[in-house]
Amino acid sequence: MQVNDLTIRAATVNGSGSQSANLVLTNAIFRLGIPVAPKNVFPSNIEGLPTWFDVRVSPQGYQCRSSSIDMLIALNPATWHADVLAVKSGGAILYEETFAVTGATKRDDVTYYPVPFAKLAKENVADAALRKYLTNMIYVGALAELLGISEESIEAALRAQFRRKLKAVDTNMEAVRLGANYAREHLPKNDPYTLEAMPGHNDGLMLIEGNSAAALGCVMAGCTVAAWYPITPSSSLCESFIAYCDRYRVDKATGERKVAVLQAEDELAAIGMVFGATWAGARAMTSTSGPGLSLMAEFAGLGYYAELPGVIFDVQRAGPSTGLPTRTMQGDVAFAYTLSHGDTKHIVLLPATPIEAYEFGSQAFDLADRFQTPVFVLSDLDLGMNLWMTKPLPYPEQGFDRGKVLSAQELEAAGSWGRYRDVDSDGIAYRTLPGTEHANAGFFTRGSGHDETARYSEDPNVYRNNLDRLWRKFDTARSAVPEPIAEETGTACGLIAYGTTHHAIVEAREQLRAAGVETGYLRIRALPLNSDVLAFIERHERVYVVEQNRDGQLYGILRTELPASAIEKLRSIRHYNGVPIDASAIFEPLLESERTELVPA
Amino acid sequence: MTSGAPPANVNAAGLTRDVYKGLPSTLCAGCGHNSITNHLIKALYEYGVEPHKLAKMSGIGCSSKTPAYFVERAHGFNGVHGRMPSLATGAKIANRELMVLGISGDGDTASIGLGQYCHMIRRNVDCTYIIEDNGCYGLTKGQFSATADRGSVLKKGQVNELETIDVCGLAIELGATFVARSFSGDGKQLIPLLQAAFSHRGTAVLDIISPCVTFNDHEGSTKSYAYVKEHHAILHTPDYIVGGREITVDYEPGTVKEVQFDDGSRILLRKLEIEYDPADRVGALTVLNQARDRGEFVTGLLYVDTQARDLCEREKLPKKPLAQLAEDDLRISREDWKSLMESFA
Repeated sequence: MQVNDLTIRAATVNGSGSQSANLVLTNAIFRLGIPVAPKNVFPSNIEGLPTWFDVRVSPQGYQCRSSSIDMLIALNPATWHADVLAVKSGGAILYEETFAVTGATKRDDVTYYPVPFAKLAKENVADAALRKYLTNMIYVGALAELLGISEESIEAALRAQFRRKLKAVDTNMEAVRLGANYAREHLPKNDPYTLEAMPGHNDGLMLIEGNSAAALGCVMAGCTVAAWYPITPSSSLCESFIAYCDRYRVDKATGERKVAVLQAEDELAAIGMVFGATWAGARAMTSTSGPGLSLMAEFAGLGYYAELPGVIFDVQRAGPSTGLPTRTMQGDVAFAYTLSHGDTKHIVLLPATPIEAYEFGSQAFDLADRFQTPVFVLSDLDLGMNLWMTKPLPYPEQGFDRGKVLSAQELEAAGSWGRYRDVDSDGIAYRTLPGTEHANAGFFTRGSGHDETARYSEDPNVYRNNLDRLWRKFDTARSAVPEPIAEETGTACGLIAYGTTHHAIVEAREQLRAAGVETGYLRIRALPLNSDVLAFIERHERVYVVEQNRDGQLYGILRTELPASAIEKLRSIRHYNGVPIDASAIFEPLLESERTELVPA
Repeated sequence: MTSGAPPANVNAAGLTRDVYKGLPSTLCAGCGHNSITNHLIKALYEYGVEPHKLAKMSGIGCSSKTPAYFVERAHGFNGVHGRMPSLATGAKIANRELMVLGISGDGDTASIGLGQYCHMIRRNVDCTYIIEDNGCYGLTKGQFSATADRGSVLKKGQVNELETIDVCGLAIELGATFVARSFSGDGKQLIPLLQAAFSHRGTAVLDIISPCVTFNDHEGSTKSYAYVKEHHAILHTPDYIVGGREITVDYEPGTVKEVQFDDGSRILLRKLEIEYDPADRVGALTVLNQARDRGEFVTGLLYVDTQARDLCEREKLPKKPLAQLAEDDLRISREDWKSLMESFA
């Protein structure tokens, strides 16, 4: 018996309504107290292309993808062949019985569970429009029966999904029972997988998508202007923000809204609106993905050089160009870090979990105000659009940090004032907001060369001094951005990762330990790099930088910024096929490399 | 001077005209833009704008340098090429108490910034949007812009064979709520139009033909001083009347069209040769098209709609600027947060 340790894959046709069924399945297992990690691998398509949904269940609560498929639900004839081959030896296949089991799809090392899904739906669901959707609930029922998921937890999950639509719960529950009954009568259990409730284990935990968490970060940070252009996989971030604002920022009596969300004509306008708004004193954000980030390059340079706050969420997808719009990648790190021409440098936050999507999503506004500069929050499709198990998002205990903003009274007291004068030797000057009623408040913001009083200047010394101050400011930010998190026990081998790669690292380190390789681990959570990074590398003999892109983008940044003695210790492990990294993508190359390294010369 | 009476040299904001001046212009001597700057200084002074409430926005180009040359005390923002509308939109929405004044050029508006220009108009962002229009690129030494007329000739002899983009006709097509055209050399017409634009709630587009003395003021150019003066067809003579103030001039009945703005101020349009109704959108487009066919510039208030809702109104923003809201206004309460978190479990 294999208890609470398997990956279920539902292979369906996009647009057939399988998403709700898969979410109900995920939620039902979660309600049994069993740790789940769902991964939606979907196409850039409205209807017709193949889509897969993996629900990983593990007693350890691993949140990363597993490439080992134990149970397949096969409802897509187009991918039937490949789907069958993807199932591991000893696995099971629940499939539409009209699919042909011949040739390569006729395996003798898996269990086949044929179900007449189409026939059952046709005979039992009168409403033809609903039939397609309810077919999916039939497989949820059959699978529940085979794995031992209780009817009550399915029903509770359905209630959570459909909220007040009681009729929908009943209709769906009928289809679930249909599947369960069919399985009970026709499918003798012949696989090792079973689910057993772990009462209390998931108490105090919840399921949330990273994009919703980030949107809540924006709400709690007091973001009042959001400007966006729809793009997968970031759209749901702004849509969630809109939904939360509709609920919490509207005066019910007057209809007044304490927020403005503008759908811009393109990403250039979106980020322009953000900088216009922050210049005038509001907190503003935009959310986008790679192609939109490319369009924002021009304004990003203005934001850096004219020193305008602004928060840009980049929910990364696979590039280059249009790339794979619905697949994940950590492909924008190097680009975002220096987005725009000239010596532009940005603060980049790298959340790995929903709590960090929320906390960094909020902290980004404080950092943007404090450092008067654009702050990029680099999430990815995996974090943004998949559900993750997490503790509840904590209520903020601090007020907003609006940074160095001079009021009319402070201006009066200050006497002379220069917008770009480094009074505190931290590179951060004082700003004023339009509307400040004082004769000295006004200044001229510009992307062209300027002196300390914001006047146009082409003077070589003035230009250079300003660039040096901007560097000083960036240097100050090193110790203000989220610090790296280290776990080390004096091992020779170290790992560096960031963002969602973290979850595969957690599992890979366990696998490596079992194989006799102990590792230290440093998770970088922001750029610019903090001094902890170099110290970590110095304490190890070999450090593997693991990331989800072809070129080793963080590896490249480390090589550019660290001394030669550190660089020679660095190795690079890269994963870039568009689906979230799994532990084997780290375990295998690392083990091989370590074995080579450890062979005496 | 009698004590208690306001001094004669200050405006309604209690400020002298000098406060409305800026740094010395670095544009060429004789540039139409310098005249516009001077007219703006007068218009803003007379209007009584409080400098701290003025937000001067611009893109890139000769025109976009000019916000440095007036009301030095006010906040200014010289952004990136063609993107001023988005900055202006963001600024207005963040602080609706600001009077947003955007200065753009023909390249900044009709070429690189055409998209943002269109969408600002569609949103009816409450701002004054001035196009200092000389039909060419000055800073890069005289290339044609998209407002150059077909057949116009460059200094070195190249002929523009492309159709011109009429930024006024386009604005009207897009549903603009205030569209005017004027000439940098006609302060008498321009200043009341500017003040009406300040009073208008919504996007007020003012295309001001402003000859480039260095690159586009020669024989064969349709944006030269000589050409514009000869082909300038004036629709009406405008007078701007501050809200509440009485009309002191006698007008012959039937010769004046009056438009009243939200702030109570009015613009009176004195009829010249033709009957012109600035509330008639189709009529405005016809007049523009006919003028173009004749090679003429019609100037005046081409179209106005004072009833349309502006962006802030449509977004149902509170009176208090978004920029001034604090934690208590914006955060979800502890109680609501708790139940929200429970809904995810």
